[in-house]
Amino acid sequence: MALGLAASRRLRVSVHKFTSCDGCQLSLLDCEEELLTLAEVTEIAYFAEASSSLLPGPYDVALVEGSISTPEEVRRSQDVRAAAALFVSVGACATVGGIQALRNGRDIEAMKRITYPRTALVRTLPASTPHSVHVKVDLEIPGCPPSKDQILEVVTRLLLRQRPRLPSHSLCLECKRRGNVCVLVSGGQPCLGPITHAGCGALCPSYGRACYGCFGPMDDPQPGRLAGELEKRGLPPEEIVRRLQEITAGDESLTEVAERYKGGRQDP
Amino acid sequence: MRLDRQVNVDYLTRVEGEGGVEARLSDGRVLRLRLRIFEPPRLFEAFLVGRSFEELPDMTARICGICPVAYQMSSIHAVEDAFGIRVEGPLRELRRLIYCGEWIESHLLHVYLLALPDFMGYPDIFAMAAKHGEMVRKGLAMKRLGNRLVALLGGREIHPVSPQVGGFSRVPREDELKGLLDPLRRAKEDAMEAATWLGKLDLPDLERDIEFVALSHPTEYPMNEGRVVSTKGLDVAVGDLEGRLESRQVGHSTALRYKLKDRGPYFVGPLARVNLSLGRLSPDARLAAMESGVRFPSSNPFASIVARMVEVVHALDEALDIIARYEGPPISRLPVAPRAGMGCAATEAPRGVLYHRYRFDERGRVLEARIITPTAQNQEQIESDLRAYLPELATLPEEEIALRCAALIRSYDPCISCATH
Repeated sequence: MALGLAASRRLRVSVHKFTSCDGCQLSLLDCEEELLTLAEVTEIAYFAEASSSLLPGPYDVALVEGSISTPEEVRRSQDVRAAAALFVSVGACATVGGIQALRNGRDIEAMKRITYPRTALVRTLPASTPHSVHVKVDLEIPGCPPSKDQILEVVTRLLLRQRPRLPSHSLCLECKRRGNVCVLVSGGQPCLGPITHAGCGALCPSYGRACYGCFGPMDDPQPGRLAGELEKRGLPPEEIVRRLQEITAGDESLTEVAERYKGGRQDP
Repeated sequence: MRLDRQVNVDYLTRVEGEGGVEARLSDGRVLRLRLRIFEPPRLFEAFLVGRSFEELPDMTARICGICPVAYQMSSIHAVEDAFGIRVEGPLRELRRLIYCGEWIESHLLHVYLLALPDFMGYPDIFAMAAKHGEMVRKGLAMKRLGNRLVALLGGREIHPVSPQVGGFSRVPREDELKGLLDPLRRAKEDAMEAATWLGKLDLPDLERDIEFVALSHPTEYPMNEGRVVSTKGLDVAVGDLEGRLESRQVGHSTALRYKLKDRGPYFVGPLARVNLSLGRLSPDARLAAMESGVRFPSSNPFASIVARMVEVVHALDEALDIIARYEGPPISRLPVAPRAGMGCAATEAPRGVLYHRYRFDERGRVLEARIITPTAQNQEQIESDLRAYLPELATLPEEEIALRCAALIRSYDPCISCATH
């Protein structure tokens, strides 16, 4: 019994939404024909956006979209964890806190006041965090949105009771493979490719622009070195901070480097 | 004996985002009614402050995974309004084309995955596919084509990467687009057929007195620009829209709610557009509307599902036209010079009018952001429709009332993540 999954029967799969844009669930719904196949070879037990039939746990595989941004979500994440053999965080919100982690470290009450006249009616935590901060997470699929291929790869491996393997290298490898001219070295654009998780197929450089890091940092990304390089090329500190803190603003390695550049201070 | 009914839908299914509904009826009178929206706020209007105009298309796309192009279009047009940029010719057409792709993809998601199971008596598309395989497969094939269109222009279906202030980071070659002509023609036949049989569904008859609001353009079916008009005589420039609205925060919704000042709730979305711009639909879309058997203009919210399919036919026609006459533009992006000031825009998202307003400093950094989404605007109207619908349902079992209320809410195709953002 690999991965703690029952060997013989159909896998019971659940899909859960937390604080998010819904794009990860849509990646799943966009699988279209493959989605129908998935519904045949697994039991989709809980997927509120797709079905009115909501069955209680236990589940073999829980696919979890969205970050934790309210006290209620902390409890719900724990409930999903308790019900699932495998807890899979899907997408940038679930794995690093998402774009809404731009609230982290700021005055949450002041931020709420910008939208809401009665802030007391809106319960929200001062930080948006990934599930891994609150519960044990078994697998993470990065990306905003994650690629359909990666989601299907993970699910297929789990059907075979194998441990899924996602690339841990940087986007640059995919970019070279596509034969793109380097937008950083030759184009002089502030590309995050060298520190970003592969998986999108080097989309932005292939579409004439610099990678903005929506797959988040790869393993051992060394953002400080990239930031130093961008600084040498004349990118103002303020823009370096913005580049590092966008879709995956909650990532610690990015936050640490961004903090050094805040207030115009240079890399020591 | 009094006939009391208590309806609680804790978690609406087959809609985007997190909401519910609760209602209490006594002898057919509605004592309490709440469309609950408990989607956690992400505070976009707060964290956009300080960001550069160039980041707005990427960042605001993240408000919604289903209609990211809408956010990119509204934000881009608002920036261009502030900086005095006007995009014309093939670049303008490409914007319409990518928007067509999103309408197709989003509308078909709604029709086949979210709404149809209600009218066919299934919990979901999976159970429906087991009995109606060919119908489902045709629907999904059309949806896939909408996605292909967005992906070809934007790099990917969800959160496309190419739309920029001033144009695109990359524009397609003619031969890439022409390859879509045949599949688009085939899809149009399927879409016309679907509009006809959707009209034959046993849709509940809920005729209402509704103020429908949509953009209106003198020569085009509304999409990227126009005046804001209504079926009850509203006719204002986009820049004057905000002044006509009053917003309200209530305890049972994390999304601000909107009314027209001194007028009341209003309805945005495909049904509003079809009602207000019937004459600017493509000839085949008009034909599809006629053959559906629904009499447009219609004031039955349940007719929205047919309006969506009519718009799919229209979007396929527009896409065919744009591709047929497409010649690659000389440059993919106009030069952009930021300047201090305010800019606003409204475009027609799949679910209705999507308004963005920004104030920038001289380097194009955001000082203030305001985003009014279709579902936020529809909340008051949905509650008003439920209030009118519930007395008709009062003698049914509570579970049945709950199902029918959910179906009515679903007919708006609410996008709750958007509404709260």
